Amino acid sequence: MKFTLSWLKDHLDTEAALDVIAETLTRIGLEVEGIEDKAAALRPYVIARVLTAEQHPNADRLRVCSVDAGDGQPVQVVCGAPNARAGMLSVFAPPGTYVPGKAITLSVGTIRGVESRGMLCSGAELGIGEDHDGILDLPEGSPVGTPYAVHAGLDDPVIEINLTPNRPDCTSVHGIARDLAATGIGTLKHAPLLPVHGEGLCPVTVDLALEPADRVLCPLFALRLVRGVTNGPSPAWMQARLRAIGLRPINALVDITNYVTFDRGRPLHVFDAAKVGGGLSVRRAQEGETLKALDGRTHTLNADIVVIADANGVESIAGIIGGEASGCDAGTTDVLIESALWDPANIAQSGRRLGVVTDARYRFERGVDPAFALSGLDLATCLVLDLCGGSPTQAVVAGAVPETERTIDFPWTEVRRLAGIELSRAEMTVTLESLGFHVAGSGDRVQVRTPSWRPDVEGKADLVEEIVRIAGLDRIEAKPLPRAGGVGKPLLTVIQKRTRAAKRALASRGLMEAVTWSFIPHDDAVLFGGGGADLVLANPIASELSDMRPSLVPGLLRAAQRNADRGFPDAALFEVGQCFATDAPEGQTIRATAVRRGGGTHLGGGRHWDGGPQVVDAFAAKADALALLTALGIPTGGLQVAAGGPAWLHPGRSGTLRFGPRTEIGWFGEVHPRVMKALDLKGTLVAFEIVLDALPLPKHKPTKAKPALALSDFQPLSRDFAFVVERAVPAGDLVKAALNAERKLIAGIDVFDLYEGAGIPEGSKSVAIAVRLQPVERTLTDAEIEAVSARIVAEVGRKTGATLRA
Amino acid sequence: MTDLDTLERDLLAQVAGASDEAALDAVRVSALGKKGSVSDLLKTLGSMTPEERKARGPLINGLRDRVQGALGERREALAEAALEARLSAERVDVTLPVREAPETRGRIHPISQVIDEVTAIFADMGFSVAEGPDIETDELNFTALNFPPGHPAREMHDTFFLAPDHLGRRKVLRTHTSPVQIRTMRSQEPPIRVIIPGRTYRHDSDQTHTPMFHQVEGLVIDKAANIASLKWVLEEFCKAFFEVDAVKMRFRPSFFPFTEPSAEVDIQCSRKGGEIRFGEGEDWLEILGCGMVHPNVLRNCGLDPDSVQGFAFGVGLDRIAMLKYGMPDLRPFFEADVRWLDHYGFRPLDVPSLVGGLTG
Repeated sequence: MKFTLSWLKDHLDTEAALDVIAETLTRIGLEVEGIEDKAAALRPYVIARVLTAEQHPNADRLRVCSVDAGDGQPVQVVCGAPNARAGMLSVFAPPGTYVPGKAITLSVGTIRGVESRGMLCSGAELGIGEDHDGILDLPEGSPVGTPYAVHAGLDDPVIEINLTPNRPDCTSVHGIARDLAATGIGTLKHAPLLPVHGEGLCPVTVDLALEPADRVLCPLFALRLVRGVTNGPSPAWMQARLRAIGLRPINALVDITNYVTFDRGRPLHVFDAAKVGGGLSVRRAQEGETLKALDGRTHTLNADIVVIADANGVESIAGIIGGEASGCDAGTTDVLIESALWDPANIAQSGRRLGVVTDARYRFERGVDPAFALSGLDLATCLVLDLCGGSPTQAVVAGAVPETERTIDFPWTEVRRLAGIELSRAEMTVTLESLGFHVAGSGDRVQVRTPSWRPDVEGKADLVEEIVRIAGLDRIEAKPLPRAGGVGKPLLTVIQKRTRAAKRALASRGLMEAVTWSFIPHDDAVLFGGGGADLVLANPIASELSDMRPSLVPGLLRAAQRNADRGFPDAALFEVGQCFATDAPEGQTIRATAVRRGGGTHLGGGRHWDGGPQVVDAFAAKADALALLTALGIPTGGLQVAAGGPAWLHPGRSGTLRFGPRTEIGWFGEVHPRVMKALDLKGTLVAFEIVLDALPLPKHKPTKAKPALALSDFQPLSRDFAFVVERAVPAGDLVKAALNAERKLIAGIDVFDLYEGAGIPEGSKSVAIAVRLQPVERTLTDAEIEAVSARIVAEVGRKTGATLRA
Repeated sequence: MTDLDTLERDLLAQVAGASDEAALDAVRVSALGKKGSVSDLLKTLGSMTPEERKARGPLINGLRDRVQGALGERREALAEAALEARLSAERVDVTLPVREAPETRGRIHPISQVIDEVTAIFADMGFSVAEGPDIETDELNFTALNFPPGHPAREMHDTFFLAPDHLGRRKVLRTHTSPVQIRTMRSQEPPIRVIIPGRTYRHDSDQTHTPMFHQVEGLVIDKAANIASLKWVLEEFCKAFFEVDAVKMRFRPSFFPFTEPSAEVDIQCSRKGGEIRFGEGEDWLEILGCGMVHPNVLRNCGLDPDSVQGFAFGVGLDRIAMLKYGMPDLRPFFEADVRWLDHYGFRPLDVPSLVGGLTG
């Protein structure tokens, strides 16, 4: 919402300076977005007379002018404008002046050998017009030496406020003035609105052709004919104000509707009566009807849109925009002025559907003051009579002004309860009344009736807001919110703690945390098990951000590749974030994922004097996954590692982590070559993903004490075994079999060698394990050690077919 | 000179002349071994008369002690010399680089760090953390929060919609974290103190807007919740978060459908050479929106607005991260450029706490 200072002062009697007004507006919730003060910017520009204009001795297109800027000391100016001539009045800027249209600051210059002390200016150079053909040519009699901006009426600062959608009353200068007056910085001017005495009935009939249930779409439609108008340009003062707020003056009739729209928040429409066929009816549009509107576009309508139609068809879209065919132009002599009420929700919906943004729609969808509908018609009629002449008929009114005022039972204590401030009842009453509320009763509870222009005020809390916003929120003193006594209790849930811990743990493994988009390309989603119809965005911001991600992996893979393409091939990235299996809350999981590329290993990749370059493999991903589980305190005793994983992983170089066949918690491995190709990925990429929500919850324990520590007094010992076994047998099975052979004494088993090749039968491999034995009761005898070894060899052989390597 | 003197001088000379451990041991065996010269002399003591033994005993034992002592000293000296020789041979080039440790290479994203900071601050004031899904119903994202269908306020949020289901209902990507207010109030009895950090989505993209961003919402339902205590909470938060002793804040009345009264909050700052400092200066920077929970919202959660009251506030996490840590542009937050992460990210062990300070 824009307005000028002088316009505001038409409605507000105030001595307050512009900056005080601006501060007050922001303080009461009408946030000032900007103030444009052309007069301040153009202060150095004065009206001057060109005394002489001689041909420049060295340039055909330049003239050397002597200019009188009002101080009686002519200055020499070199001017290139074709219209510069002796005797003319124009605008002069002395050296040191900033020229907005050229973004330069003038200095004393020498142009082709002739000194020039300033500039004669065009409108474009002043940033107020587009006439590039020459310097401003002012009418004779313009006062030499006067600042041009003042003379041209540009000394009217334009204030723009960022209006919140709840304040339709402040879509008008009058409403803004009312709010300001409530703060006490001025008095609201109540200009009496004289009723119009129309002669005779309006010859154009109005029919509200709406079903009873649709009456809400148009509670009121008022129309008046003014005959014999002259529709020339509107007066300069009106044009100046409209221009100042960014509107283009059209002609007096149209300008009047725009003026009243901003002045009083009352949108109007004018029809050229000569172009209207028969009576007007307000109805729903028929499917497929069209209207060429004043925006030059042809709109196709449907039955949700309300229109004003005549015998010729649709003439105007209700509350949004008029039609070109019945518009007013210079030839208009008889004008129909419309003032109506429309349903805000319907106007909002129609406006959105049509994609039309107008000042009328802006107001109607927020809710205009119903009580002002007829007064607005009279105000517009008076302006038409003043500016265009003519004689009015009586108004024809269909429907009635709806009763919208409500009474709120208001205990004064609400202000203290909700705002935490004690204000006097006198102050609160004055505030409400100056905003147009009517306060009845006395004592602790009063009855507050809302004004017709405040549809946003529904209840007590709204009244509290009115009172404290005018009082000023800065008057409310901060008061501590009481804290609970004692030491604070832990506040995070298990998953919250795990999410945080996962990030720290993964970062500690040299991974960098990425935050990637929750939406990914559809094809990526499909590759990673998603792409379901319930997770596709209806209006993605870009085609590659279309589907809610089923996994964090594709986003990270693409990020790693982007880094590689930029010359950083060894990216090690992780993300802990939400993934989507369905659109239900239960379908959303928190996952922890890391992707390593090329040399981006835990130890840091690349070449190093202490060893060759390392390349990531499935075990790098497995190590990350296991480190994460350990860091989260997940007991990994029962954890199984099964070969293979989801389809996006290399089937032979991936594994699934699970606590049982139905309790999978994640997977790791090398990315499948087909996925690499589909995503255009190069190099080696490995990933793991753990579903944090799938992890077992910690068991509640009655005490924090750790289990008693049982230390053996006897030396542990270690025995090595090299088994030859079929290649397909997992080493894990072998280790498990060995462990099962002697549960009491075996403290641990390490796989310390893996070998295939010479000396080992084709299709087999050698797996060497070191078994640590921990005697508990006494030192083991050689015979006992032999017996344990034999049991291990037998059990491993029985379970896996392995034999001791010869 | 007696034979003992001769023997002693001879043995000590041998000790002194032994050039390594083996030679020294040979001397020891020759003197003190089973058949060594000194051992032999000691054996003679047994066959002496008491008088003889009294005279010779001390002499022979003295000899043995001195030889033993000399052997020990020489052994020490040899060991010392051997160590010196070894040390002068054992040298590494300590200027060679080591591999950078993983925990110094890893980074925490500024969003996570700032969530941890915010959580630490609000936890101190008794707030727990509530969360909710990113995909929300229209009811929870809008209607329950007092955005009536078709209301222009809905247009303030450029909403992402999912495809309509068979009944034509469209879920949305939550445009704010506020639906979790509803979820919380519907599942928890007052008093309530929660913050709600999370991802939010709006159909918007430029230097300061991305289609995905992060908010933290606060909700207090409490008899003591009013604008005065709301101001206190926000002031305490801003001081703690920006790590300054004082902040000047400006509360401007504003409009949000789900609060009444509503306010936007500006914080005073100075801007010099692209650097923003809080607690000084003349500029105002908008950082959050807040207000008293709207009576309709309370009603929608089954609470009686005449007896239950609360306040709520919402802060852009990305925005306060940018303000505190000086990122000029929001878009790189989500681009996973390792150079950006390395520069703006945080070390894994820099865990924010109030005890140790949010930043080191």
